[in-house]
Amino acid sequence: MILSLVTFLPLVVGLVLLFFKSDKFVKIAALLLAVAEFVLSLALLKNFDSTTASLQFVEKYDWIPQFGISYFIGLDGISLWLILLTTFLTPIIVLASWNAIDKKIKAFHAALFILQTAMLGAFVAIDSVLFFVFWELMLVPMFLLVGIWGGEKRIYAAYKFFIYTMVGSIFMLVAIITLMAMAKTQLGVMSASLLDFYKLQIPLQAQHLMFLAFALAFAIKVPIFPLHTWLPDAHVQAPTPGSVILAGVLLKLGTYGFIRFAIPLFPLAVEYFSIYFIILGVFGIIYGALVAMVQPDMKKLVAYSSVSHLGYCVLGIFALNTEGVTGSLYQMLNHGISTGALFLLVGMIYERTHSREIANYGGLAKVMPLFAIFFFITTLSSIAVPGTNGFVGEFLILLGAFKANKIAAALAATGMVLGAVYMLWMYKRIFFGLPGKLLTGHHELKDLNKREVMVLVPLMILIFVMGIFPNLFLDKTKASIEGFLKNNNQMQVSLNK
Amino acid sequence: MTDKFLIATMLLSPLIGFLINGLLVNYNNKSYLRSGIVATVAAAISFLAAATLFLKLLGVSAPEVVKAHFFEWINVGQFKANAAFVVDHISGIMILIITGVGTLIHLYSIGYMSHDEKPAKYFSYLNLFLFNMLILVLGDNLLLLFVGWEGVGLCSYLLIGFWFTDSEKAKAGMKAFVVNRIGDAGFILGLFLIFILFKTVEFEELAKLTYAPELGWGLLTFATMFLFIGATGKSAQIPLYVWLPDAMAGPTPVSALIHAATMVTAGVYMIVRLNFMFMATPNTMMLIATIGALTAVFAASIGLFQNDIKKILAYSTVSQLGYMFLGVGVGAFKAGMFHLMTHAFFKALMFLGAGSVIHGMHEEQDVRKMGGLSKKMPITYLTFLFGWLAIIGTPLFSGFFSKDEILWKTFASPMGSKFLWFLGVLGAALTAFYMTRLMALTFWGKSRVDKSVHVHESPIVMTLPLVILAVLSLIGGWVGIPEVIGHIFSIPNGWEHWLSKQVVDAAAHGSHLEEWLTMATSVILAGCSAYCAYFIYTKKADALEKLKNQYGKIYNIISNKYYIDELYQKTIVVPLVLLSKWFWSFVDVKIVDRTTYLLADIVRGAGSSLRLMVNGNVQQYALYIVAGMVAVLVVILTR
Repeated sequence: MILSLVTFLPLVVGLVLLFFKSDKFVKIAALLLAVAEFVLSLALLKNFDSTTASLQFVEKYDWIPQFGISYFIGLDGISLWLILLTTFLTPIIVLASWNAIDKKIKAFHAALFILQTAMLGAFVAIDSVLFFVFWELMLVPMFLLVGIWGGEKRIYAAYKFFIYTMVGSIFMLVAIITLMAMAKTQLGVMSASLLDFYKLQIPLQAQHLMFLAFALAFAIKVPIFPLHTWLPDAHVQAPTPGSVILAGVLLKLGTYGFIRFAIPLFPLAVEYFSIYFIILGVFGIIYGALVAMVQPDMKKLVAYSSVSHLGYCVLGIFALNTEGVTGSLYQMLNHGISTGALFLLVGMIYERTHSREIANYGGLAKVMPLFAIFFFITTLSSIAVPGTNGFVGEFLILLGAFKANKIAAALAATGMVLGAVYMLWMYKRIFFGLPGKLLTGHHELKDLNKREVMVLVPLMILIFVMGIFPNLFLDKTKASIEGFLKNNNQMQVSLNK
Repeated sequence: MTDKFLIATMLLSPLIGFLINGLLVNYNNKSYLRSGIVATVAAAISFLAAATLFLKLLGVSAPEVVKAHFFEWINVGQFKANAAFVVDHISGIMILIITGVGTLIHLYSIGYMSHDEKPAKYFSYLNLFLFNMLILVLGDNLLLLFVGWEGVGLCSYLLIGFWFTDSEKAKAGMKAFVVNRIGDAGFILGLFLIFILFKTVEFEELAKLTYAPELGWGLLTFATMFLFIGATGKSAQIPLYVWLPDAMAGPTPVSALIHAATMVTAGVYMIVRLNFMFMATPNTMMLIATIGALTAVFAASIGLFQNDIKKILAYSTVSQLGYMFLGVGVGAFKAGMFHLMTHAFFKALMFLGAGSVIHGMHEEQDVRKMGGLSKKMPITYLTFLFGWLAIIGTPLFSGFFSKDEILWKTFASPMGSKFLWFLGVLGAALTAFYMTRLMALTFWGKSRVDKSVHVHESPIVMTLPLVILAVLSLIGGWVGIPEVIGHIFSIPNGWEHWLSKQVVDAAAHGSHLEEWLTMATSVILAGCSAYCAYFIYTKKADALEKLKNQYGKIYNIISNKYYIDELYQKTIVVPLVLLSKWFWSFVDVKIVDRTTYLLADIVRGAGSSLRLMVNGNVQQYALYIVAGMVAVLVVILTR
């Protein structure tokens, strides 16, 4: 029951908020309810049994029994932290958009909470059709967030985002339906349950095709080069809260999808294709970093840095060993926190100056010292300095990749250098030197206020806690990741016979 | 007091100092005295704890190591790394140097930073550095060493760019971080290889294993070589030394602490720590010795004609670090460590002395505008004199013993060679020349100081550390008097004995006569070279001009540092930026993005009936999806 409650509470909140008149009340209620939702989700953490790899908090009810479709949800150590990341980021986003969102406030919060339910639903769904429903449901509020509260070219960016994702989804849907049909022939009953899919004996040819169908949907979401060009546009046009959700959670559904669907369902295809994904991951790391380096716009720089960071995640997943997959999962959380924080920070300065052009800045550390510190800590996390969360993730991914493919890991390690280059170079141009042309006209530029500090502090604390005590988090994931890998190996072995 | 408590005190005291100055004190607090005292006391407490631990090891029935396990840091799959710390005979020396010299430099900084706008920030960074440096040398595994390794790099970045409103200084900080990161990437790959080979990264476990010498190019050779790449970054060796001279943009006490005495020696420390592994990879050792010797000569030659007092010392540091690598590269790990310690004393002394000069001259760093300062700054001068005597290898001074030991081992060890020894002696001669030049231009001869500059001696908080370091520069080498001299006076070589618990040197073969001869050679050559410099720079300035004109081209190349920075700029930085721009404006925008439009166009052109459907109406798309889904289902179910 609790899992359904966590999943659908935001949807209810979003719809109820529409009926209130006062914007101020809506904001306060949204904040309190988002916090309540987070606290509620902590109950999942508290009752989570980290010794088992099987699903927990399972709920299963028939939905469309004719087709074997059910309302089947549950979570394991892989989805647990992604769910908590989602519920953790939502109150922060609400607080961050306090002043930034100045029109249609009720609609904004409704979209935000509906989106939260969609994301949570996608993480907990075990039934593949249910997953698909949530997956598609995410599109609508995100489309609205970009399209209504976005920047100048918001309509263009919103459509681009929508159509890209849609193209991937269609192929995935076809693959899901095929799997359901296979379940009918092989198991005797039609079923959309992932657990039933895992039992199927899928011929090699079909594995390849269906893996590609799923992979396309997920690769667009991640995004993996060369399917990434919707991302910079979406990020630049999205309002700050949109960017935070997009980078913080939405992209992770792509990498999560690989772990939950594409890899365990089609082990033979994975055996065949994994090297290509390793190559794409490594290329993404380097390519994203290099393109980020020459971006004149802060937000675009951060967007391309996401391409680079998610490249690490892809690399770690397809290393297919404990270190790599664990690192990858950790990196998903890290990226949600550090890139989320970066978008928040960029948003805060944009609210003050209405410029994201790096060249316009300079000497900001002198004018806004507090802001400079927060930005710096986030930068440290982003470039994976030991002691921050980023290091643990990046290190484990590179270690896992090294075990799988030494050359790929060596090439990926250049990302350590390039990451430092683009982040520190941006930092230098924004914060160091003499005040830039923009700042000389903004003498009244104020440092962060209390609300903004409250937005950032939880993220900063997590950066260090996750960097210094990673076991607190990784202990919960161990059994699930081992289970995932064991399953994969066994299936590869048995199918190869 | 328990070991765990002592180790915790040593580590946490600077961290707490950092937090007090960084968080509690108002960020813009100008009370340099308060923040300075907090930081210095934090460092001093750390030193006391370190000294207590060291004394524990010194006792008769002393344990070989003192350990403290705090918590399990990372435990994933087969990989395990704990937050655990070890004081043994190697790290015991290091913690004394770090906290001892560190405390003196903290004290000195109170005077040096008294006019600064943000002393609290400065002192918090300095404390944070101590914390990270201690993690580096105390960590019981390679990953924890790497944590400190990157941590000190971060503090170095922060302190180099401390006066960040000057864009050049901020740039120097960034350059240091990025160049170090290149080395770090190598380090991490080396760490991976070691983990793949031995399934552990804990030093104790690694030391227990036996290593068959790997004469070819196996994985272990690559492992040590990658680790050495890391060392070339952190310890400023060819080809990654370029960041260190620029790092002089930071406050001078920082240069003394981080860029002379402690952080830059981390590479040497790491190799000594893993001496058993490096000994098994002769190819790597040969590379280390060669790079070390070449760097020693190369950097010394650049030092010849630099005019910024700190730049001269910076190149000198690069060169002296080269000696340390030469030492460890020929299997003389103890000698390398020995020089690490004596260098920490005399180079910290000279940097602080230079700081005192700069302070007294009101921020003037150009030696051509100094001269005759010996009378105006007597304490600074006298202490600096000790540093100078030590670095040029005057017998009895600390630098003499350590440098001599390295040169002798290079000569006599089977892993060394006469050629490397020759490079070492050549470097020593160059060192004597540029250091004497620095002395002559700064302290001796006629004053060339601008009339408007009122030169003054520094306050006691600054001169006291100078005096202590001067004494150490003299006597610091007496703990390791070589056997050939020692047996005459029956003084044992305590240093060799002390380190032999954890370090095994390559055996050196050579007669006492050879040892005396090589020693005499380097002393005499250095003496002559020093005299030449003294003569030229105090007596015959015009002769120098003539020489300059005669060998103008060579002089230009050297004084422009062989144009290495420009070379890197043109061959690496510029092409990389161009490639990135091409990736962005061509690959990303013109190819990848356009292709998707093209695909969209193809779909659109597929038929007029389809054109009606693809009209950008999202609701309609959604309808298609549902319709398609139903259609597919119908097909499947009716099959």
